[in-house]
Amino acid sequence: MSVQSQPADRRNFPEAYLADRARFIRLETLRLTRIAGAGHYSSTFSAAELFAALYYAHLRIDPANPKWEDRDRFVLSKGHAAIGLYPVLADLGFYPASKLDDFTRLGSPFGDHPDMKKIPGIDFSSGSLGHGLSIALGMALAGRMAGRDYRTYCMLGDGELNEGQIWEAAMAAGHFKLQGLIGIVDRNQLSIDGPTEKVMSVEPLVDRFAAFGWDVTRIDGHDLPTILATLAALKSAGEGKPQMIIADTIKGRGVKYMELSLDWHVGNLVGADYDSAWAEIEAGLQPLEREVS
Amino acid sequence: MGAAGQDQSTLFRGDNNELRLKDAKSVRGTPARAMPAFILGEELADLAETDPRIVVATADLANSSRTRDFANRHPHRFIDFGIAERNMITAAAGMASCGFVPYVATFASFAAILGAEALKTDCAYPRMKVRVIGHHSGISMGFYGTSHHSTEDLGMMRTIADLTVVCAADANQLRAILRASVDHPGAMYIRLGRGRDAEVYGEVPADFTFGRAVMLRDGADLTIIATGSQVHAALVAADRLAGEGRSVRVLDMHTIKPLDADAVRAAARETRAILTVEEHNVIGGLGSAVAEVLVEEERIPFRRHGIMDEFSLIGPPTALYAHYRLDAEGVIAVAGELLLEVN
Repeated sequence: MSVQSQPADRRNFPEAYLADRARFIRLETLRLTRIAGAGHYSSTFSAAELFAALYYAHLRIDPANPKWEDRDRFVLSKGHAAIGLYPVLADLGFYPASKLDDFTRLGSPFGDHPDMKKIPGIDFSSGSLGHGLSIALGMALAGRMAGRDYRTYCMLGDGELNEGQIWEAAMAAGHFKLQGLIGIVDRNQLSIDGPTEKVMSVEPLVDRFAAFGWDVTRIDGHDLPTILATLAALKSAGEGKPQMIIADTIKGRGVKYMELSLDWHVGNLVGADYDSAWAEIEAGLQPLEREVS
Repeated sequence: MGAAGQDQSTLFRGDNNELRLKDAKSVRGTPARAMPAFILGEELADLAETDPRIVVATADLANSSRTRDFANRHPHRFIDFGIAERNMITAAAGMASCGFVPYVATFASFAAILGAEALKTDCAYPRMKVRVIGHHSGISMGFYGTSHHSTEDLGMMRTIADLTVVCAADANQLRAILRASVDHPGAMYIRLGRGRDAEVYGEVPADFTFGRAVMLRDGADLTIIATGSQVHAALVAADRLAGEGRSVRVLDMHTIKPLDADAVRAAARETRAILTVEEHNVIGGLGSAVAEVLVEEERIPFRRHGIMDEFSLIGPPTALYAHYRLDAEGVIAVAGELLLEVN
């Protein structure tokens, strides 16, 4: 398989630019949440650096040709974080940013969960948790059968790993030796009812995926240099182990009162909450104040 | 599609894939070629000879579905997902998004009922060209029991938007369905019997069209609207009743969705009563679909025949068909009762 090439104009962005794009993702998430009157902002904040690194520096995509057959596929299995992906796709030129101004309003293509039939750049619709890894598995099998060297990425939530179908797909990916399938767990530690390890424990994640035949790497999912290095070290599509990145993140990262708090999963942000969140995000990531459990 | 460039067949084949089906033998006098499930893999393999988009998958039932016949001829385009039906259906949607046309087969109870959400969310809603084949539907699994019976699938599938729902009456009609399905838009649920269905069509019907019922007999006293396994029983009943001076129309309503409402309306206007017959709960399936049309028409005598909202007894299939009056004798009896009411 050939080495993946990257469109020249989207390579080698300085990390400061990617940090700025992560900030942009969080600010746009705030803005869109206010338009909709509700949104999954905290589970989007945990994925902001991952989105920035993937879309601005890594994925082989062409906004002018969203259906390019050799593009890398990206499946957002945790579809509720789409509010953070929509602004990125607009920013890259898949559609005008103004399309987001009536986000979720009657007839808008953009809902809380993404619809591939309505939104250029969305490779598959999602929303029902537990499906995405199977979708990505099918895409990776299709790539092998068609003799194409694209890679297929799937971003998973950690609470989502409670779904049994994830492990059906994980088992099949190991069995079929799909090295071109790359999972990324946004390990932000909380599902709706509480910490994942109290609601329904998912750990030990590295051991579990390794036992299913995956190559597993565990990283700090907010540290851009680490994310970029990890993505750069991924193997190309071919026969080998599927590759899993467990990205340790903080739900609500970037806004102190949200970080690792159960009170901010979904909803609206108004008044002082909105203003202080905006100011904090603009200031950039600060050291954590809460303990990571 | 580009060529794979290498033989990757071993990557998809389980270790037991070297097993070979014994030659399909005739069962109780029915020639093997007339058994729908027995031609599934063969027909798909034929289609795949000229269409590189076709891939086939099963969930550890390559022999039951005869998809083994496809695997033997196109090993690099056959995937056995093991006993993981939802993963199979969802992965098929992923493959379809990349341009393939996957045919995925397993028992109807697991294809449609276990897989219902994957079918809705991953296949129908994004309009992926996935063909989910539910074989051994209805009560055809006999003494395997309720877990393996599928008398709810049509009702569940019918409420999913943008999903074509079709039942094969015999092998030749299945061939026609498969040929027509390749370029049909959107997702599809194809319901098969056990593979021992008697022949209805002497040859592959050339004019098969989704959503257009086939009038197999014309008549004026009664219309029997049947689907799948019950089409043959309806024909036998019509012919027997004809011998008694009764003129019975028989409609093969192979497509449950979109339903041929015009054919139902015509039957309501041109014949004196309507009987639906299906190997399915009378709630939600063909009978309900026809009733939805009839309720907006002038009233005529109408009866739904099928499984009367109960979990089936266990027993050999033939005994069950007799018990639930879903064999030819049973349909004759039910039709006779309705005709008595009409007079």
